[in-house]
Amino acid sequence: MRQRLRRLRHPRGALPYLLLLPALALELLIHLVPMVVGIVMSFKQLTQFFIRDWSAAPWTGLGNYRMAVDFSAPVGQSLLNSFWTTCCFTILSVGLSWLLGTAAAIYMQDAFRGRGILRALFLVPYALPVYAAVITWSFMFQRDTGLINHVLVDQLHLMDEKPFWLIGDNSFTALVVVSVWKSWPFAFLTLMAGLQNIPRELYEASSMDGAGVWQQIRKITLPSLRPVNQVLVLVLFLWTFNDFNTPYVLFGKSAPEAADLISIHIYQSSFVTWNFGVGSAMSVLLLLFLLLVTAVYLFLTSRRRDADA
Amino acid sequence: MPKAPVSPMAPPASFKWSRRVFLLLLSAFVLTPLFVMISSSMKPLQDVQGAFSWIPSSFTLQPYVDIWTTVPLGDYFVNSLIVSVSATALSVVIAIFAAYAVSRYRFRGRKLFTVTVLSTQMFPGILFLLPLFLIFVNIGNSTGIALLGSRGGLILTYLTFSLPFSIWMLVGYFDSIPRDLDEAAAVDGCGPLRTLLKIVVPAAVPGIVAVSVYAFMTAWGEVLFASVMTNQTTRTLAVGLQGYATQNNVYWNQVMAASLVVSIPVVAGFLLLQRYLVAGLTAGAVK
Repeated sequence: MRQRLRRLRHPRGALPYLLLLPALALELLIHLVPMVVGIVMSFKQLTQFFIRDWSAAPWTGLGNYRMAVDFSAPVGQSLLNSFWTTCCFTILSVGLSWLLGTAAAIYMQDAFRGRGILRALFLVPYALPVYAAVITWSFMFQRDTGLINHVLVDQLHLMDEKPFWLIGDNSFTALVVVSVWKSWPFAFLTLMAGLQNIPRELYEASSMDGAGVWQQIRKITLPSLRPVNQVLVLVLFLWTFNDFNTPYVLFGKSAPEAADLISIHIYQSSFVTWNFGVGSAMSVLLLLFLLLVTAVYLFLTSRRRDADA
Repeated sequence: MPKAPVSPMAPPASFKWSRRVFLLLLSAFVLTPLFVMISSSMKPLQDVQGAFSWIPSSFTLQPYVDIWTTVPLGDYFVNSLIVSVSATALSVVIAIFAAYAVSRYRFRGRKLFTVTVLSTQMFPGILFLLPLFLIFVNIGNSTGIALLGSRGGLILTYLTFSLPFSIWMLVGYFDSIPRDLDEAAAVDGCGPLRTLLKIVVPAAVPGIVAVSVYAFMTAWGEVLFASVMTNQTTRTLAVGLQGYATQNNVYWNQVMAASLVVSIPVVAGFLLLQRYLVAGLTAGAVK
């Protein structure tokens, strides 16, 4: 007993840190140290000759950054193009995913026959491994053997000629469709969890006052979901903006220009030319942009929440 | 979780009809790729090389036999299994310790830890892919520990991917377990670790299950790091599945069969355990 008491008292100060140590060490090793290394790399002329011993690479100051943002040269131009493509893609994908997730969660708030089965079905795209889902979509988007052209051209006769979906400008549409299919169930899942926290009495009281379903959705459901939405939209934004898997599996190693998302752009310009210095500079710029957006977003949404409260 | 209708009044017809139409269209959107995957996986090769057909001209299970020989799918499967199971087990154990510390102790740096760990979640994978690649190359050169191309390197990487979310969700869960239980255990002479193992962990099983499912899914589906950090012998399914599509002839029926086979473990697990995940998310959101 005495021994036990001593053990309890003695390491008390250190114990929480000991418990945190493994998590902390791994986060440092895999995330924070590489991040610092990445920032250092972005100031070095790190070409393929220095991969084996990168500390020997000469410093180049802001050279990599100048190269990345020189929008009159090909490197900067294609980065800018990729950035705008990613912005449009993110806004469309997040907007549509949020809309579908919200509508489905609200429509399925009350019990009806078949709700359980539908809910399980709707979660399948989220549970499916990304590559399995995207590879199936890429089969559907094949020009000659795919389902999309079969339905649009052969069955509905909406077009005379079968378009290409995975090369050229149509690839942007294909990318948005696949991305929405994959990410809306996450919005649905999160909002379903959020709906369960709304006190039932609110609805009961309002229907005593004669409020209809649509009014309840507008006056009770949507405002109650605001804190969940604040986090949800941010998370969806970050995931979608950084999405690598979807374009990588959909288009293979060379994404068409219309669907050249920023992650795949950095990946390609790094591993094709083996110029890790410029790749790192682009990554750092991406991080700064995301930090800025996140900060502004949290500032604006929190202020609105405080004002409402 | 069965739930009585929220409002005592039945919803009006406009609501019911719009619900029917919306859910029908949404189901079609969700189902179409799943249908294509299943039906095409049972088509003979000539069916998937001509114009698309909804129904196979003849049903065959041959693709399910061929997938194992066209590419070494069995090896990829084993690799994915080893990597995902190890990463999940390690990350859940580490997350339990960390979440217990955050939930039960007030210590200096507690807030800093939470913010730092959570914010790594938002950083683009591409940002630490390049440095991590170089760090692994250099560790290999200087110490001889081959992290690049080994399963170990991938396990280490994957377990940190699910760690932030797991910690965050478990803190929410642990917070909802009454502290009186801890104190009662302490009176009985249990040390903090025994209390964690005997009292807190058993009470948090749903949260731990949810976190495990999440960690497993994350590892099973990751493509970016797998494409750079694996070699021929350690290749995982995420990269290996592209083997059917890079040859001159794309065996789409086999691609679909393989996609289905690799999806079954995660989808089945997820659907069986989804109510824990919803409960876990709710606990996190309440906080």
